[in-house]
Amino acid sequence: MSAVISAENLTKKYGDLVAVDHVTFDIPAGAITGFVGPNGAGKTTTIRMLLGLVRPSAGSARILEHPISEPETYLPFVGAMIEGPAFYPALSGRENLRVLARLGDFPYERVEELLELVGLADRATSKFKTYSLGMKQRLGIAAALLPQPKVLILDEPVNGLDPAGIHEVRNLLRSLADSGISIFVSSHILSELEVIADHLVVVDHGKVLFQGATKDLLAAHKPRLAVRGSNASDLKSVQELAFAAGFPGEIIGDQLVIMAPESFAGELNKAAFDKGIVLTLLQVTRPTLEESFFEITGGEK
Amino acid sequence: MIRVFRSEWRKLRRPTLFAGTLGIVFGLSVLITSLLFILLDGEGGNGPRGRIITRDTLALPSGLYLGFTNFAGLLGTIALSVFAAQTALEYTNGTLRNLLVRQPKRLVLLAGKYLAMCSFALLTVLVSAIGSIGISLALAGTKNVNTDAWFTSESFELFYSNLGNVYLSAIAYGTVGMAVGIILRSPISSIAISLAWILILEGILSFTVDGLDKWLPGQLMSLIAESSNSDISYTYALVGTAIYLTIFGGIATTLFLKRDVSN
Repeated sequence: MSAVISAENLTKKYGDLVAVDHVTFDIPAGAITGFVGPNGAGKTTTIRMLLGLVRPSAGSARILEHPISEPETYLPFVGAMIEGPAFYPALSGRENLRVLARLGDFPYERVEELLELVGLADRATSKFKTYSLGMKQRLGIAAALLPQPKVLILDEPVNGLDPAGIHEVRNLLRSLADSGISIFVSSHILSELEVIADHLVVVDHGKVLFQGATKDLLAAHKPRLAVRGSNASDLKSVQELAFAAGFPGEIIGDQLVIMAPESFAGELNKAAFDKGIVLTLLQVTRPTLEESFFEITGGEK
Repeated sequence: MIRVFRSEWRKLRRPTLFAGTLGIVFGLSVLITSLLFILLDGEGGNGPRGRIITRDTLALPSGLYLGFTNFAGLLGTIALSVFAAQTALEYTNGTLRNLLVRQPKRLVLLAGKYLAMCSFALLTVLVSAIGSIGISLALAGTKNVNTDAWFTSESFELFYSNLGNVYLSAIAYGTVGMAVGIILRSPISSIAISLAWILILEGILSFTVDGLDKWLPGQLMSLIAESSNSDISYTYALVGTAIYLTIFGGIATTLFLKRDVSN
């Protein structure tokens, strides 16, 4: 898969503060790539550099094979929503989109299509300042889609949305990716990215800690077996059985959690049965993206 | 550039700004011109700063638009406020980043925005001229002002040059407003600081320090509208203003082109 965005040693310094530190990554075409990191990790600064809003201190990047030093060559094919939706409060949703449509030379019919797409057609004439946060986010996504982009860059697009809104945005992004648009989406809601992102770039303190397929990140960490017995006192015995087989475990509440592969489940079940222990739960669980994220960033939940 | 110009007009034409500004300009120009005629025989003076403008002066070819000329300073401050607000709001609203994503050529964006606001300023000048001249024609008869000289070719020629000067003055004020808006990135600070300087500090300085008028940008910009005064020539005011605008405009343009857009 070719890269639509490539960054190489991209760096931004503000005085002594290094906001983005030699970041290198490739964003594959036609996929949803999540850009993950805690607040202050350098996500928004990186996105601003990619869009020509902030000048890099060092390094380079290319979007659709054009250098970011020439934003006029690639931005006509890029849609973006940066750090939340920003519009003119006294203008209606429709007028706000028309301002950008006029600027980018897009037909007004496109504005109507997008208002329909994001479910704002019936509130198109209302002033932006009267919109709820969810509506503002949807208008921001509509603005980003104005140029019928090849690349869509969204910074925290589900911020402030209710579960139904998040679900809608998730489906929208998936359908856009399926239609061939490459999507680069940052979010601190890791569970959201776990659901929609095909690839991930994980940053912290301005540095890339992981980049690759989401499944690779999740698979990189050992699965676990959750065990529950008919008697709570049996858990200690099961823990000893697992330990003897080389898999340490920890009793958490009424469950024993063993760091072991799926293949060990049958062996453990048989060993427990031989000792007269009845297991009422034997479940393979994989670490969530959030757990993997905290593991590679060395942080705590 | 045309796209930027037309895009900017979609913002400028919103009713609160468009109708509000033009309504205020029309109303104030009518009010100020009315006072010129209503206070004609009053002892406190009928012109700016208590100046007495006589019936004979009003009967001159320039009398038809004297009220309009008197309004030029206020027109300038309105232009300054509109230019500053429209520019600085892009920073405070965070909308500049959207504009730059759709038009990454910053100089084109700046130039298109400036031209759109200059055209808006032209409208305000024309509306003010219409209001002022209209009320002058309506009140001249009631105050026995002889209007024969108002309808001569000399009067029309003077009117055109006066209209041009008032417009130039408004553009100069507006340019300062836009430059300060870019530098400070806050509409309230930009307007407050600019107006405090032009309306208050310059006034105090020009009264307290003899001969300082000719060095103060606000004084020079308003002199363009008045064509000249007894001490400073029109050409001097024009050149002085051009120098100030080159400095302010140069700093602001450089900042706009080079500064990171982080808000």
